[in-house]
Amino acid sequence: MNPEQILFILFGAVSLIGAIAVISFRHPIYSALSLIVTFFAQAGLFILLGAHFVAAVQVIVYAGAIMVLFLFVIMLLNLGTLSAKGAISGKLKGFAVILGILLAIEGVYIAVKAPNDPADASAETAIESVSTTTYNIGELLFNEYLLPFEVTSLILLAALIGVIVLVKRESQEES
Amino acid sequence: MENFPLFLIISSAVKILIIVHMLLIGVMIMIWAERRVSGWMQDRLGPNRVGPQGLLQPVADGLKFMFKEDLIPNHVDKPLYVLAPAMLLVPALVVVAVVPFGSSIELFGETINLQIADINIGILYILAITSLGVYGVVLGAWASNNKYSLLGGLRSSAQMISYELTLGLAIIGVLMLTSSLSLRTIAIEQGAYPWQWNFLIHFPAFLAFTTAMFAETNRLPFDLAEAEQELVAGYHTEYSSMKFAMFFMAEYMNMIVGSAVVVTLFLGGWHFFGLENVGGPVWSGLISFGIFFVKTAIFLFVFIWVRWTLPRFRYDQLMNFGWKFLLPVALTSIVVTGALWITTGSRLVVGIGNVIAAFIVVSIVAGLLVMNKTPEPAIRDDDSQITPSALDAIE
Repeated sequence: MNPEQILFILFGAVSLIGAIAVISFRHPIYSALSLIVTFFAQAGLFILLGAHFVAAVQVIVYAGAIMVLFLFVIMLLNLGTLSAKGAISGKLKGFAVILGILLAIEGVYIAVKAPNDPADASAETAIESVSTTTYNIGELLFNEYLLPFEVTSLILLAALIGVIVLVKRESQEES
Repeated sequence: MENFPLFLIISSAVKILIIVHMLLIGVMIMIWAERRVSGWMQDRLGPNRVGPQGLLQPVADGLKFMFKEDLIPNHVDKPLYVLAPAMLLVPALVVVAVVPFGSSIELFGETINLQIADINIGILYILAITSLGVYGVVLGAWASNNKYSLLGGLRSSAQMISYELTLGLAIIGVLMLTSSLSLRTIAIEQGAYPWQWNFLIHFPAFLAFTTAMFAETNRLPFDLAEAEQELVAGYHTEYSSMKFAMFFMAEYMNMIVGSAVVVTLFLGGWHFFGLENVGGPVWSGLISFGIFFVKTAIFLFVFIWVRWTLPRFRYDQLMNFGWKFLLPVALTSIVVTGALWITTGSRLVVGIGNVIAAFIVVSIVAGLLVMNKTPEPAIRDDDSQITPSALDAIE
C-alpha cells in the first residue's frame, strides 16, 4: 500500500462516516456539521486526484458559504431534536425504499462495470491527461464550455432576481 | 537524491516549529502591544508592572487562564461547547502554512524556501480556510444556549459571509496581473521598490481587502459579534479560562496572518529597496525575513490604531457599507483592471484607472443613497424598523 492508497481509504472512510452521521443524528445542527466533515473528506479526495482547484472551491463554496447559511437558518428557526415517531410518514417510507433499491442497483452496476485491476488505473491516466490546474480549468471554461458556463450564470442571475422580487413584494404588502 | 525527502521533511518540520512558535509569541506580544498602545493613545500608562515595560504581562495572563477553573455551564450543548474554541483556533493556525515570509536560504547545498508549503492554489487555500473560522464563532454561540451569545454568533456569521465576497473579489485584480495563485509568485512579481508594489496598482482593491479583513477578524469598527455594550461579550459570554483564551488567541492569530497576507499580496512581500538581496545566500534570506516581519508588525500597529480610533458601526451601516460600497468597488476594480490591462498593458494606466473608477462608483452609490433617503420618509422609517423587529424574531 502506498501513501496515496492509505490516504484514499482514510478520506473515503471519513466521508462515508460523515454521510451516515448526517442521517443518523437527531439534531439538525449535528447533521449539518457531519455534512461539513463529508465535504472536507471529499476535498481531500479531490486533492489526491490532483484537482487542487476543485478541492479549494469545494471547501470555499460548500463548507465555507452554503453550510454557514444552513446553520444560520437552523439557528434562526431554533429547530429542536427530531423525535423518532412522525419524522417519516408512511408514503415517504415507500418512496425512500424505492429510491434506496434504485441506488443499490446503481452501486452494484458500477462495482461490476468498473475496472477491478488497480494496475490498469485507466481512470487515473484519464485525469492526468486533462491536467486540472487552475489555468487549464479556466481555458476549458472560457473556450470549450463557454456556452454551458454562460447559461449557468444566467440561471443563477434569474434565481437572484427571483429572490429579490419575492422579498420586495412581501415588504410592500407589509407597508 | 535518495536522502532528499529526508531533508525536505526535516526542513519543513523546523519551519513549522519556528513559525507556529512565532505565531504564539506574536499573539502574546500583540496582547501586550494592544494594551500599551491603547494606553498611550488614551494618555494613560497601560500594564507596566510585570517585567520591563510590562512585557511579561501576557505570561502572567496566560498563567492565570491556565489555573482558572474550567467552567462548563449546565445549560450548554457540551460536545459543541468544547469543540468550538478549537474550531476557531485550528483554521487560524493552519492558514499560515502558505504565507511566504522571506525569499530563500541556502544551507548544506540545498535551497530552502522560507515558506512552509508553496502550493499552486495558495490564495484559494487562504480563502477556504479563513472561511471556516466562522464555524467556531457560530457553534460556540449556539452551544452556549444564551441569547446574547446567539445574537453575537448570528451577527458574526452574516457579517463574515457578506465581507468574504469582497475579500475574494478584491484580490482578483492582483491575480489577473500576476497570472498565478501562488503567494510566492505574487510576492516575487512585485519589484523591489514601493511604486512597483500592488497596492498602488490596485489601490481601491487594497482598501476594500483591508477593510474586509478587519471585518473578517471581528475587529473594531466591525466587532458587532462581541459588542460589549449590547451583548455582554457576544459569542464567548459563557466561556471561561483556557477556552476563552483560545477564542482570544484565535482572534489575534487571525490578525497576524491577515497582516502577513496583505503584506504579501499588496505591500511587496519581503521586498524593500533591494535590501533583500544584500549579503550572501543565508544573510539575504534572513534579511528578507526581517523585512517581512517589520512590514507585518507595522500593519499590525495599524490594526491597533484603527481599533482605538474609530467607533463601532451600527448593524445596518455595516451591511450597507459591505454590500453597497465595498462590493461594487471590488467588482469595478476587476472590470477596470482587466479592460485597461488588455488595451494598454501599462501598470500606471491600470493604477490611475482603478482609482478614478472607484471614485466614480462610490460617488454614484452615495448619490443614489442620498436621493433615495430624503424625499421619502416612509422608506426611511421602514429601514430603521428592520433591525429591532428582526432581533425580536430571533429572540
